[in-house]
Amino acid sequence: MNISVGISDWKTCKPPDVLVTYALGSCVGICLWDKMNRVSGLSHVMLPDSSTVSKVGENRMKFADTAVPDMHKKMLQSGALQRNLVAKIAGGAVMFASASSQFNIGERNVEAVRKVLKFLQIPIIAHDTGKNYGRTVFFHPETGKMEIKSSAHGVTTL
Amino acid sequence: MLEKYEDLNEMHMDVLREIGNIGSSNASTALSSMIGREIKIQLPAVKILGFQAAIDHYGSPEDLIAAVLVRLKGNISGMILLLINKAFAEVVLDIFFGKKEIDLMNLDENEISALSEIGNIMGSSYMNAIATLSGLNIGVEAPSFTADMLGAVMSVPVIEFGEVGDKLLCIDKDILIDGVPLKSNMMLIPTVDSLSELFGKLGVL
Repeated sequence: MNISVGISDWKTCKPPDVLVTYALGSCVGICLWDKMNRVSGLSHVMLPDSSTVSKVGENRMKFADTAVPDMHKKMLQSGALQRNLVAKIAGGAVMFASASSQFNIGERNVEAVRKVLKFLQIPIIAHDTGKNYGRTVFFHPETGKMEIKSSAHGVTTL
Repeated sequence: MLEKYEDLNEMHMDVLREIGNIGSSNASTALSSMIGREIKIQLPAVKILGFQAAIDHYGSPEDLIAAVLVRLKGNISGMILLLINKAFAEVVLDIFFGKKEIDLMNLDENEISALSEIGNIMGSSYMNAIATLSGLNIGVEAPSFTADMLGAVMSVPVIEFGEVGDKLLCIDKDILIDGVPLKSNMMLIPTVDSLSELFGKLGVL
């Protein structure tokens, strides 16, 4: 079954389910995978850092620094082992070229994701980030493959 | 003082609808004189939507769409986003270049300029109307264009407004050319602070 992950949302699963998140723009999709027992998670974050916001409030799933640790914790509870975990990430595009770099939120999102994964000691083994186009991500827990679909470049598998 | 979009009451919503109405009729007049066709823009709707709902409202996340983003500057911050679907782009590019069949993902430079200019003209005239009405100083930055999946395009307003809350305010309407509804949308997406400023000027707080 395909489990759909919305914007500022995360889900975890095991095979034979497949995780999918549609049309990442400047958002980043983070796939975490236990390569031995195949517990998997996919998080779709919108923003880098919850500490810049006065109230994180309702939605911890919105920020890289809160969503990824929460999903990581849930995966460990579901039987994933820290030493088996690896990450694959995609997204963080610049959708509209702008003279001002203030709006390059895609790049800031990717940096924040790298930082939190480093903190959690999870190596990034594949990535497809930046550039200027949207991406749909399928993650297959059975094989650990991340499939990326874009309107501009078709399908690539990492 | 407004802190989030959910604080808006019915009167605020009425005022926003009226603002959308005035802005969009100005924008449609501008577009009409640019392309020499009769343009009607439907009565605007004001919506406060969650992020996923905001994307779903305009179609499926993977629908291909062209879009022109015009950022606002001056007393108001926010953006105008014009979503251009294939049918709308075909009508416009037929008028400009006599091109009948187009592929949104493979537009040439002239075609992109023409569509960007439409976003620019419509965005500027929309905001001029609001500036005149409110006495606020409102400018627009140069338009930028993309063609991609709807969800990826919508991630831009959603992210920028995600810093201040979990909702997006859209004042949007469908555009009709020669009576044909083209399911393209023009959205005014103001920041919460800008709304306070605007309501203050109009004496509606």
